[in-house]
Amino acid sequence: MSTQTSNDRPNAAPPLIFELGQEGRANRYVEEGRPLDQFLPTSLLRDELPLPDNSELEVVRHFTKLSQRTFGIDLGFYPLGSCTMKYNPRVNDAMASKREFAQLHPYTPDEHAQGALQVMYELERSLSSLFGMAAFSLNPSAGAHAELAALLIAKKYFKDRGESHRDKVIVPDTAHGTNPASAAMCGFKVISLPSDERGRVSVEEIKKVVGPDTAVCMMTNPNTLGLFEDHIHEIAAAVHEVGGLMYYDGANANAIMGNVRPGDMGFDLMHLNLHKTFTIPHGGGGAGHGPVGVAAHLVDYLPTPYVRATPAKADATASNGRPLAPSDAMTYELDFDRPKSIGPMRSFWSNFAHAVRALAYIYANGADGLKKVSQLAVLNANYVRVKVADFLETPYPEICRHEFVASAQDLKKATGVKALDIAKALLDHGMMAPTMYFPLIVPECLMIEPTETESKETLDHFVEVLREIVETARKEPETIMAAPVKTVVGRVDETRAARQPDLKWEPASA
Amino acid sequence: MAQPADLLYSKEHEWVKIEGETALVGITDYAQNSLGDIVYVELPRVGKQIDQFGNVGVVESVKAVSDLFTPIGGEVVEINGALENDPAAVNRDPYGAGWLFKVKLTNAGETGNLLSAADYEKIATE
Repeated sequence: MSTQTSNDRPNAAPPLIFELGQEGRANRYVEEGRPLDQFLPTSLLRDELPLPDNSELEVVRHFTKLSQRTFGIDLGFYPLGSCTMKYNPRVNDAMASKREFAQLHPYTPDEHAQGALQVMYELERSLSSLFGMAAFSLNPSAGAHAELAALLIAKKYFKDRGESHRDKVIVPDTAHGTNPASAAMCGFKVISLPSDERGRVSVEEIKKVVGPDTAVCMMTNPNTLGLFEDHIHEIAAAVHEVGGLMYYDGANANAIMGNVRPGDMGFDLMHLNLHKTFTIPHGGGGAGHGPVGVAAHLVDYLPTPYVRATPAKADATASNGRPLAPSDAMTYELDFDRPKSIGPMRSFWSNFAHAVRALAYIYANGADGLKKVSQLAVLNANYVRVKVADFLETPYPEICRHEFVASAQDLKKATGVKALDIAKALLDHGMMAPTMYFPLIVPECLMIEPTETESKETLDHFVEVLREIVETARKEPETIMAAPVKTVVGRVDETRAARQPDLKWEPASA
Repeated sequence: MAQPADLLYSKEHEWVKIEGETALVGITDYAQNSLGDIVYVELPRVGKQIDQFGNVGVVESVKAVSDLFTPIGGEVVEINGALENDPAAVNRDPYGAGWLFKVKLTNAGETGNLLSAADYEKIATE
């Protein structure tokens, strides 16, 4: 057992929680001396698990120290393109933590969960109206999960129409990275479509690849270059003409929210990442929320349960005998009886607390506020883009949406300093690195998304730091290649981590 | 690194070495350099029929996951099993120990769709 603490060696890796503590130190919430088999069936009791035995204080210090070694939006600028790392207002958490929501059991009968169902209903209606869809299902719990749901919907829709031969999904090379994987998971064949010299899908090219075997065309608009597909109506018409469906990947919805609607662009299916656009924290691979939306002809196929609202009876009274308040004028129920539905994508109500956070954000901003959110996100991205173009190549020099791509290709040729090195150097300045090496069509790509929640001072500071890094790279490239030097954790060996992942702790004696 | 003159190349940065009725396939030095440190290679299974320019596997590097296309069609008769434990061989020696798979040719005429070392050099240095 190690007694080393990270205070002794601030830069050394702290001991694992398994290496801390000692037998008998943990707080026992079970009555002393009462055997566990009085609580649990003996078949479930295991004694071979080497669980750590830590005091509460030890656990708190351990995880607080770990948190000091990492970085988050609460600490500094986080321009991670495609991820929309905007600030998540604390009011969202305050609402989601309310006892009435947080302690609601998923098996609570509908009549005792009216407030929660109302939240789900109003979120569903708000999203439908904001994005021009007939209806959403709040069931999927992440973006790619919702993509899969949408493709399952498409598959069932075509099956019902006797068109199961449609097995091709078209994915432009500027689409979101998860699209081909979702299509393949669903058994479709993926047709990758190269973008044109303007970084967009060309109408001529799409007409060449669509046909009677086209199932779905999956697009991200604006695309991963941050550019708006200005021929979207013609593209949608070409896909619809052969009987295919248009799918909108909502990863970049922060660029358009309240200004243009995918439904009006001609999309039949879409998803939203509430953890991007609607200020839900991004968990490290943890709970997200990805509602899937559809146009009118696909509503019956949405995952269950669907929240249905019906006007209360005219003579209805509240449970205390008083007349109904306006908010009680509807009754809400979870509808599982939808014969054409693809069924639930996951258990219960999905990540319900996220629905509360998203609705809190929507109501705090209002329709005008949400429109302004997108406009500021686009303004911030363009402000940074124009300034960065002074010292880094920007391969698509035109008005972008919420994000843009810069390339370190020229810098790499001249100095050997790569996009990766620039990203590492930014960490020394208390900022998160932009997304690197994506989209794949731009060499040495840096994909920068400042989001609307950053001030002009922060954006100016970021640009100056980036300029300084590029200038240093030209004079003394080895300095940048050695970065980061000021962070608690220096440059990590990503190659070794990927080639020899060592993720499991085992006791030394084992 | 110069492209070996005795190999044929595809626009997708794969090379082919014709050895009678079979051919050895790998990715070029330019490809391994652009991808960066390769951490995993997914190869087609032995016995599989593959079509020229078809997607037959995946090359994963620290930067990105990229599709692997075959520059030549035929039946896969052997794969480089050593890459499972040592994917870095593709970076170290792309034209030698880093070979990917061997195919029994279906149609030797397909080599006409490939590039010479000199023509590939032009694409790779563009």
